[in-house]
Amino acid sequence: MIRVALAGLLGRKLRTALTAFAVVLGVAMVSGTLVLTDSIDKAFNFIFTDVRKGSDVVVSGKSPFHITEGQGTFAPTIPQSLIAKVRALPDVALADGGVKSEATQLVDRNNKAIVFGGAPNLGFSIENGDSPFNPLKLVSGAWPHGNQIVIDESVAKKKHFAVGDTIGVQAEGPVQRLRISGIVKFGSAQSLGGATLAGFDLPTSQQLFGKNGRIDEIAVAAKPTVTDQQVLKEVRAILPPTAQVRLGSAQAREDAKQTNSFISFLRGFLLAFGGIALFVGSFVIANSLSITIAQRTRELATLRTLGASRRQVLTSIVIEALVMGTLASVTGLLAGLGLAKGLFKLFDAVGFTLPNSGIVFGTSTIVIALVAGIVVTLVASLRPALRATRVPPIAAVREGATLPESRFARFRTVGSGLTTLLGFASLAFGLFGPHLGTKGVLVYMGLGALLIFIGVALLSVRLIKPLAWTLGWPATRIGGAAGGLARDNARRNPQRTASTAAALMIGLALVTLVAVLAAGITTSFRGAVTKIWKNADYAITAQNNFTPIPPASANAAAKDPSVEAVGNVRTGDAGAYGKAFFATAVNPPAGTMFTLDWVQGSDRTMAELGADGAFTDKDYAKKHNLTIGSPIKLTFANGKQKTFKIKGIFDPPPGGSPFGKVTISQATWDRYNESPRNLYSFVRVRGGETPQNLRRLETVLAPYPNAKVATRQKFVDNQISGLNSILNILYVLLALSVIVSVFGIVNTLVLTVFERTREIGMLRAIGMTRRQVRRMIRHESVITALIGGVLGIVLGIVLGGLLVARVDFIQFSLPLVSLIIFALLTIVVGILAAIFPARRAARLNVLEALQYE
Amino acid sequence: MFTHGEPTSEVCSLGHMNSNGNVVSATEVTRRYGEGEAAVDALRGVSLEVKLGELVAVMGPSGSGKSTLMHLLAALDKPTGGTVTIAGQDVGSLSDSDVTKLRREHIGFVFQFFNLLPMLNAEENIRLPLSIAGEKPEPEFFENLLKRVGLTDRRTHRPAELSGGQQQRVAIARALVSQPTVVFADEPTGNLDSKTGGEILELLRASAEELNQTMVMVTHDANAATIADRVLFLADGVIVEDLPRSSAGDIVAAMTRVSA
Repeated sequence: MIRVALAGLLGRKLRTALTAFAVVLGVAMVSGTLVLTDSIDKAFNFIFTDVRKGSDVVVSGKSPFHITEGQGTFAPTIPQSLIAKVRALPDVALADGGVKSEATQLVDRNNKAIVFGGAPNLGFSIENGDSPFNPLKLVSGAWPHGNQIVIDESVAKKKHFAVGDTIGVQAEGPVQRLRISGIVKFGSAQSLGGATLAGFDLPTSQQLFGKNGRIDEIAVAAKPTVTDQQVLKEVRAILPPTAQVRLGSAQAREDAKQTNSFISFLRGFLLAFGGIALFVGSFVIANSLSITIAQRTRELATLRTLGASRRQVLTSIVIEALVMGTLASVTGLLAGLGLAKGLFKLFDAVGFTLPNSGIVFGTSTIVIALVAGIVVTLVASLRPALRATRVPPIAAVREGATLPESRFARFRTVGSGLTTLLGFASLAFGLFGPHLGTKGVLVYMGLGALLIFIGVALLSVRLIKPLAWTLGWPATRIGGAAGGLARDNARRNPQRTASTAAALMIGLALVTLVAVLAAGITTSFRGAVTKIWKNADYAITAQNNFTPIPPASANAAAKDPSVEAVGNVRTGDAGAYGKAFFATAVNPPAGTMFTLDWVQGSDRTMAELGADGAFTDKDYAKKHNLTIGSPIKLTFANGKQKTFKIKGIFDPPPGGSPFGKVTISQATWDRYNESPRNLYSFVRVRGGETPQNLRRLETVLAPYPNAKVATRQKFVDNQISGLNSILNILYVLLALSVIVSVFGIVNTLVLTVFERTREIGMLRAIGMTRRQVRRMIRHESVITALIGGVLGIVLGIVLGGLLVARVDFIQFSLPLVSLIIFALLTIVVGILAAIFPARRAARLNVLEALQYE
Repeated sequence: MFTHGEPTSEVCSLGHMNSNGNVVSATEVTRRYGEGEAAVDALRGVSLEVKLGELVAVMGPSGSGKSTLMHLLAALDKPTGGTVTIAGQDVGSLSDSDVTKLRREHIGFVFQFFNLLPMLNAEENIRLPLSIAGEKPEPEFFENLLKRVGLTDRRTHRPAELSGGQQQRVAIARALVSQPTVVFADEPTGNLDSKTGGEILELLRASAEELNQTMVMVTHDANAATIADRVLFLADGVIVEDLPRSSAGDIVAAMTRVSA
């Protein structure tokens, strides 16, 4: 039987290849993702290990909680005088102190900030270029002294800077011009992603970063005769309470924490799309195998008459699937290597450059990708294989025998209905169930979506006839007799049309879901800005719209005589009730610019917080039983604590507010945060929003290229543009599963044309032209695609609606334009899928087709 | 005589017949399959003429070339040598789309296995050739045609709901609906029992007479050939006998002579 199975595969090369391709794409996505994330992982590991390679122990500022990088707060600095004390320790061979900043903005010749996506702009001191602590290598030039700077190779290349040139640098203060003394790179990583590097000597860095007399870290090398642990103990003994010491390796791990969680998020995120593609692929495989088996009824029956048992028939089909799955998975695995490179480029193209130090092709990638591909193929082949066992031997001698219905066929509608309901129940439980945690929510939602897709795919068999009738109506108008026949053909085998359309349905449902969510977020955000932003004309944000920036730019704006007021929203981490969270601070002018719905307190509360006042949102107040006058003890990143009094509780609008869980006054915030950061600043100008005022503000902000000024409209658009980038990534990733379903349509059409050879011969004989044959196939393809598209779009709206209902800060909004585009795209998909099968059908030799059996 | 004279008068007026009233003619037609050593000559110089309103049966043993001849006369295939003229047009010189157009306008088909579309009902199947051409039948003519083939009360049935004989009646009506210059029937009774086959033959004969419909029928059944005005016998790719309307006995005798 094995030989029969293999001969079967070889005898149907085209069909096998088309079917297998559905698996290839899914597996390629899985393997591509693993290769990509392993490669990024390696690149980051190189960087983090490099940074600490000479350090046996590292002294740094101690924070009471883990600080989220790039969110506005930093560990406290330590006094520079500590360096000498550490150096004086008996077992310390070498100790160097340094400062660093994530906001070291390089500025090009046109006074424009050099930014690559949202990546950080790293700056640090290089006390001594030859020090073993220095992870950088000189590509050209020399290490910096005084008014000098070294920059990284990729900025130098991309922006055409060379040693001796002057480049602008902006950190805490306005932009300064420094001479480039050298070009540097990290030892091992080919690319740092979009991050930029700038290095200075210690005094220059301290001045730039506003850390005079202070340092962030001390790198320590132990004498060769002592253990690292011993030095650790010695150093610990002399540290002030605001400092801590760790082994170099432990510090590297600590440095990598946030990156690792980012990588595992990215891996899960991309694997989900690989999984979706595989899921869609399983529909395609199941459908193709079903059709093939229906067409081989006579062949299978002949095998039965020759004495093959049901089990042997089953085995032969499963072996076919196994061989096909293995071939497809191996192909997909290798294709994943290419895809990983493509993904690097894709992320780069949308401004999200990933670090790269060479492609990693790990054993786990091989195992996971192959197992996933083969298992999916086998599972998908099960139903068709079981159907094949029901072919009775008598079918061998009967003309036009069809497969007998399953014993369970009469339960199909009930069963698929139940599956769908179960899916919705699981989804609802995931969304609205109590205390599930992120992972639980995702699992129930994923399971729910899976069951809904399977259930609707099975249920849709009942809808095919009316849907094809309705959606095929234009075909009968445009395509004449060929269009009419196409509509009839689409309705001819509802099971087949349903399975083919279902694959496309899944892709479209997800695309629609994403579009619905995006539209909801956009609309709600616009609504929130319109509501909250009351009495201000402009907003100042980072160039990338979201990174918190040093307050220097806002302070400069406040000094301009045309400016009436600048309201700041400071941001960063703080802790309360044993948990760190996102907190904010406002200055009194902010109270005159915003309007909020207050449960207790009023808009004036924002201006009257004073030294120990705080306001909070409704949910946080409810959670911790806070009311006016309640005390709340906040812990700051520098380890200090202070008790505040609640002065107001507000109800944020859908779309959110710029405020964190707890907001205090700017003055108090700045007392506990050495390098405060503004999330946004809002500016009220005499004369309001006019082109002159905008130009004036831009001039005032010219020395601060990391900041940009925007009108309310522009501010909203800028904030939403980030969402659009994410949306585009999601669309590209979902396109993969749509492509898989296109192959499903191609496959079904090829098999159908094959099955209807004699019929097409007859049509050609009685006068159908080749063009009409092509048109007939094309319209059938478009009708099938449209069925999938319509089902998918409706399902996507329902799923999106459910999700929106769950999330407080999103309102439901229908993205009509996107939906129309998706519908048109569906038609394009149908047309594309039909090209090859239609050509095959049109090229059939009339005589041979007529004599085909 | 001309119950529905339109197509024939059109044929006459457009000169689709030659001066002798022939609607289909073959001159020294050869058809060779394959090349070199392996080449097979299915037809080796066949000339014949089919006159307007004539019902011609083509007979011959397996491999005699009768099917090949029909394919050539029906513009489903092109000759290797010689010329085939249908309604005044030389088939060999036409492009694929012109041949398709020729078939659409001038040729009707009745197949052994009916070849109906399963998703269309009887009426829709019958109308198919006109639909493909973007035309509609004249209602009165269409009703008469349904009546003639005896399907008036089966018009909305699908092929699966019809007997073999009824399916072949649908197929005959489909061949006649476009009032073609010539109808080709390929073993029209080959897939039917003898009683039903007899009814189908009567229908064909009656249609040929009453509509003055030219027909060419390929068959190996002597009974079927008795309805023909002329019976051609092929052997080894050439016409060896050409009988006028004959009895079954005469036809069997001729068959035996030919096969010997």
